[in-house]
Order: sequence, then C-alpha cells, then structure tokens
Amino acid sequence: MEPPEQIKARLATAVPGAKIDVLPNDCPAGERSLLVDAAHVFAVAKFLRDDPQLRLDFCSNVTGVDWPDTVIKSKVKKTVVVEGVESQVEETIETLRSGYLEVVYHVYSMELKQGPVVLRQRTANRDPGAPAVSLTPLWRACEFQEREVYDLYGIRLEGHPDLRRILMWDEFKGFPMRRDYVAPDDYEYEPTPHDEVLAEAKKHYSPEVKA
Amino acid sequence: MAEAPAKNYEILPKVSEAGEPIGELLEISMGPHHPSTHGVFRMDVVLDGEKVVKLKPVFGYLHRNHEKIGENISYLASIPYTDRLDYLCSMTNNWAYVLSVEKLTGLGVPERAEYIRVIMAELTRLQNHTCLVGFFAQDMGALGTPLMYAFREREKILDLFESVSGARMMCNYMRFGGVRCDVTSEWLAQTKELVDGYNKFLDEFEALLTANEILLARTQGVGVLPRELAVNAGITGPMLRAAGVNYDLRKVDKYGIYSRFDFKVPLGEHGDIYDRYMVRVLEMRESLKILQQALRDIPSGPVMDPKAKLRGLRPKAGEVYGRIESPKGELGFYLISDGSPNPYRYRVRPPSFINLTILEDMCLGHRISDAVVILGSVDIVLGEVDR
Amino acid sequence: MIDEGLRSELQKQGVYTTTLEELYNWGRANSVWPLTFGLACCAIEMIAASMSRFDLARFGAEVFRPSPRQADLMIVAGTVTKKMAPLVVRLYNQMPEPKYVIAMGACAISGGPFKQGYNVLKGIDRYLPVDVMIPGCPPRPEALIHAIMTLQEKILKQKLTGPDRPRHLKADAPSEFPVPAYGEHDLEPPNNPAIWQPPATKR
Repeated sequence: MEPPEQIKARLATAVPGAKIDVLPNDCPAGERSLLVDAAHVFAVAKFLRDDPQLRLDFCSNVTGVDWPDTVIKSKVKKTVVVEGVESQVEETIETLRSGYLEVVYHVYSMELKQGPVVLRQRTANRDPGAPAVSLTPLWRACEFQEREVYDLYGIRLEGHPDLRRILMWDEFKGFPMRRDYVAPDDYEYEPTPHDEVLAEAKKHYSPEVKA
Repeated sequence: MAEAPAKNYEILPKVSEAGEPIGELLEISMGPHHPSTHGVFRMDVVLDGEKVVKLKPVFGYLHRNHEKIGENISYLASIPYTDRLDYLCSMTNNWAYVLSVEKLTGLGVPERAEYIRVIMAELTRLQNHTCLVGFFAQDMGALGTPLMYAFREREKILDLFESVSGARMMCNYMRFGGVRCDVTSEWLAQTKELVDGYNKFLDEFEALLTANEILLARTQGVGVLPRELAVNAGITGPMLRAAGVNYDLRKVDKYGIYSRFDFKVPLGEHGDIYDRYMVRVLEMRESLKILQQALRDIPSGPVMDPKAKLRGLRPKAGEVYGRIESPKGELGFYLISDGSPNPYRYRVRPPSFINLTILEDMCLGHRISDAVVILGSVDIVLGEVDR
Repeated sequence: MIDEGLRSELQKQGVYTTTLEELYNWGRANSVWPLTFGLACCAIEMIAASMSRFDLARFGAEVFRPSPRQADLMIVAGTVTKKMAPLVVRLYNQMPEPKYVIAMGACAISGGPFKQGYNVLKGIDRYLPVDVMIPGCPPRPEALIHAIMTLQEKILKQKLTGPDRPRHLKADAPSEFPVPAYGEHDLEPPNNPAIWQPPATKR
C-alpha cells in the first residue's frame, strides 16, 4: 500500500489545484490522514476510487468529529535585554484556533485487498448547517452514515440524495453529539448521585433538603 | 382521555404514465412493533397490491447514545457498553474494541490469550448463526420449531460463557492486553465435547431446512444483491460473501492469530436469500474446524501481561481504526485520543446499520411477505444499528 | 366460609367448592398471555425463557400474542427510548383490561446503564403503571419466571369487591393513558404526573 505522501504526489498531477495536507499521527497505530479542501474533495475521492493502482472501492466508515474553539499554548524562547545583560526568556504565546467540524472517511480496497486511506474534510466553522461535500454519489456506503453525521452534528452534506434525520425523531431540534450540547433536564430522582449528576439532581431537591 | 389512534396506513393514488388514475397504492408503516421485525425497526412500505414499490427503513428507536457515553467515561469503563451493542455477540464486540485500543497503545497480547480469544469468537459465531437460522425460519412461518432447536444448542454455549466470565450474554471478558481470567482444563474439555458433537447437530438442523420445499421456493431468486452494488454499498460479512465477493477480514487483515488456522471462506453465486442461508451454515462448519485446531494447539502460559495498565490508561494523542470480522460483518472502532483518560471521539462502525443501505433495492418488485424474509436474511440487531 | 374439614371430605368424593373470587383469579393467573414486546437485549433472555430449557409455557404464558388486542401482559424488555415511548403507551392503551406490565431489566425500571442520555427514558413507570419490576442486566430467565410467579400471586390475592379492588373493576379508574408527543428537545410531557411522582429524597 502506498504511503500517504506518494498518494499526495500523484494527486498533485491527477487533481491539480487540490490543497492536500498529510496530517501526522504519533501513536503506535500511525494511520496518517489526507486533509482535502472542500472544493476538490469529490474529485480526489473519485480518483482514489477509480485509479487502477489504488482501486479503493469500499468506504468502510464515515465519522463526524467536533473540534470546538481551543486555545493552543506554545512556548517560544526570546532574547531579552535586562539591564544591559542579554538573557533567554521563555514566553508562552496563546493562539486561538477557531472551531470546525470534520468528516473522516476510511476507505479500503476489496479488489486489491489493501487500505486504509483516511480522508478528511473540514467545515469553515461550527454553525449549525455548516456545509460540506457528500461522497454518497461515489460510495453508496456513505448514505446512511452521512445522514447520521447530519443528524448528530449538524453538518449539511451537499449532494446527498436524502439528507434528513435518521436516529433522532424528526421534530427534534439540536445536534446531540456536539461537545456543547446540553441534555434535557430529567434528573428529578437520582438514588446515588455524584459528580455532575449530583449537581444536576440538587436543582430538583426541595428547599428543606437543600438547606 | 382516549384519543383516536393514528392511522398507520395511507392510500395514495396510482397514476399511469399519461397521468390518468388507474388504481391505488397503499402506504403502510410496518413496525416498530411487529412479530417479524428483529427488534424495534420500522419500514415505511408503499405497496401496489402486494408488490413493494418503495421501502424506507426508519430506525433510531433504540438510540442509546453509546458514543456520547463513550466520550464521558474511561477506556476501561467502555468495555461493558460494547457488550450491549450487538447483544447476541458480546465476545466479538469486546474483541473489536480491545483490538483498537491495543493498536492505539501498542500493547502486546500473550499467546494463550490469543488462542482463548479465537475460541470465544468462533463460539460466538456459532451461536449467532444458529440463532439467525432459527429466527429466519420463524420469519418464514416455521413457528418456533427450528428456533427451539437453535436455542437448545445456544444454551450449551452460553453455559460455557457463563462458567468462564460470569454472565450468559454480557460477558465483559476481554481486556487490553489479554483476557480477564484464564480457562481451566475442564472448560477446554467441555468445549471440545461440544465442538465434537456440533456437526451432528448441524446435520439434524439442516435435514429440516436445507432441502425443504417451502424454504427453497421462498428463498431462491428472492432478494438478489448484485456484486458491484454490494461492494459499493459497503456491505460486509456473510451478505457480501453470498454475493460472491471473497472478503473475509480474518483472511485479509489476519488480526489475532487467524493466519495459523486452516479454514475456507464459503462464497455464494447468486446473492439471493438461499445463498446467504447456505453461506452461514457453511461458515458454522468452518468455525468448527477452527475451534478444533485452536483447542488442540492452545499453549499454557499467562493470559494477561501483569504490567499492563488498565485503570487510568492514557494513550498518546492520536487516532486509530481497528476492525474485526464479527458474525454480522465488519465491526470497527474509530478512536481519537487526546492524551486524557477518556477518548475524545469514540465511534462504532456498525455492520448491521450499513447492511441496511440496500434493503430497498433488494425488496423492490417482491411481495410484502418476501420483504420480511429479506430483512431476516440481512441479520440485523438493533442494538448495533442504533447504538 | 365453609369448614375446611367438610371441604376436604367433599373433595374426596369429587365435589369441589370454592368462591367466585378464587375461581376468577385462578383462571386469570394461570393463563397470562404476554405481548411479544422485546425492545433490546432483555428480549433475547425473554425468548430464552420461553424456549425449551426454561420453558415459560408451564406457567400458562406460552402463547406470546403479537397483537395487543389479544394480550394481557406487556413485558417491557429493554431500553425504552424517548423516540419509542409514545408507541409503548399507545400499545398499552390498545390492550384490553385487565392488563399488567412487567418492567424487565434495569433499563425499563430506571434507564439502566444508559441513564445519562438525551434519548433514553428513565424508566417506563413514568408513563405506565408497572406491576412487577425485575432488576438485572439482563435478568436471567429464572428471574423472569420468578416475576411471572410474583404476578400470579398478585393476581390471586386481588379482591373483586371493596375499595381495594383492581383497576379494571373500578368504573372511574383510567385504563388508557395519555400518549406523550415529540417535543423539540424532550417528550412533552416528560412524565405523567398522575402516575409517577419523583420519590422524595431525604438526606
């Protein structure tokens, strides 16, 4: 199986203009993924499916991931002049990485028994209904899984033939798997609460118990 | 207080190509409570007489937010929840999850534990396929008799699971880096006795079903799944192999120690329901071969690395996708770790959910009673579909 | 009532005496017909309980009726999710009186291991009156048999007249309960106040 860098090099000629990054993965599993921009992800996926050396005809898994806004701290060494003496000082710089939603695809090849290639696409922001590109026209296996990504994360996948809720009921509002989702409050009776559950349950205690 | 129950059917006008009304179509909601659906699963079917014109599956009636719970608890605490995904096959669910975490952290597994895992997985495959054939025959109208035979054998396998792990169904037996506790030599002797007698039971079972006129008439040529559609729609497991595609993860990925065992992968030709039934029966016989080899070759030794850290496991930041061949298809776990004791993202790739993608394609043009049997042959378990 | 000595003498001659209440309850208790209503994992243990090893048929509960109109007992086996809850209540309403509910497994009693969930109903007793609860995850088939036996004892003790007669003999007690509707974030109403009050916590 070709390493991701080689695939990226071949994609540079096959799909010109595509912005592809190979993301690192430092754990012992080491499956590095290809991050593709939204404008070219469909063409890249089509190449991966039809290329005779890769023949990635089996889309195994489609996942949504929520990355909220985070503050990334990085330490930088600076030279500072204090009273005429030069010294090295470590400064912590905080950068705000704005949040996004991500769709991750794991594709394998049933014909050539190889894989996986991990494909990722990101939305610009975390608004509900943020658009991304659907790969269902290429791999029918994505049909239900992309509906689930829409249902639980709120990513609007354009090009999907039938994008509607699949696991929650139709009148439901909200996207439950997001990190900032607040579940409805039905903690009226908890026999042995602790931690967050205790905090929720206390709201329902009658005044004499609270005091 | 008593409100009129909502109608669960609708009558739609049927028009010819010129636009003239020529009849009526009936839209029925089958389920979620129905004697033949395997769990709380609903199908919105549009019928022209008895033929299916449109079929839309609706699920989510058992959505228990397993993935959200996985993000809030530690890696070790997720193992009992994996039992309850595909609640007929708890050992293979455990193995898939534990394999993914072992890939994420690079943990090794001792030899004896690998053999025990294979034995448990193949016993699970046996009891799942046995039950499935029983349920499938019941869907066709054999009210209970094959199911009684199937459950009789299943109880023997569940006794073995109970004596080693403490629970009949929700075994919670595998751990990162091994299994929870060792098996005794009496247990191995009992398993050998069961395995030696199972071929005879399968002959008895098949004598009722395989050449049965009713089964042949109802299943041959019904619910055909073509090869290219099966591959494109991500179908895995016995359904894919019945369509003729040779893709069994035990041979492709060679996870665990499956490369040491000599077994064949049965393939079907036509992709209809009968092929799926025969593939499952033949897979049971191949599982028996694997079990006999494993029971013969199992070495002695530890079953768990004593230095392996289970509680407070903090894998390095990274991600992994681990998969195994569960009796229903490819069961995969996608884990993203950010260095904390809980996973950042915990995703289950459910085979039953994805195998339902082509349910409509297989049922179009057949009668409503065939749709029920086709659903039975897909082999879904709602705990896995809805998670 | 009748003298016990006289009764046993008559029985030896083949004459049986009893009260209408005992006869009525005996007939009902020994032929409870369950509704095939398995939701999740507990359903497999319920099926195993009706199979040849554990054999629920000995207790009269052999015929599992698929239609609620023909069933007496609803064994809620498995997790009740909020998406499924209105249908459970609707099925209960379709059952004719006298009807009983067994909540089987931790999920049906109180939400079970999946309690902290946006889609899990924390116990079916929020909307329906439950007669017997079986703890376990899943409870063994023997536990289900014990529950059926407990239900049979409960039915045998019911009185036909008087203030503590069962619900189906009281003209003003409801036999149908309101079906919750799907709201935007939760079911509306989140529980049925006439049936379920959160137990008071004393700490």
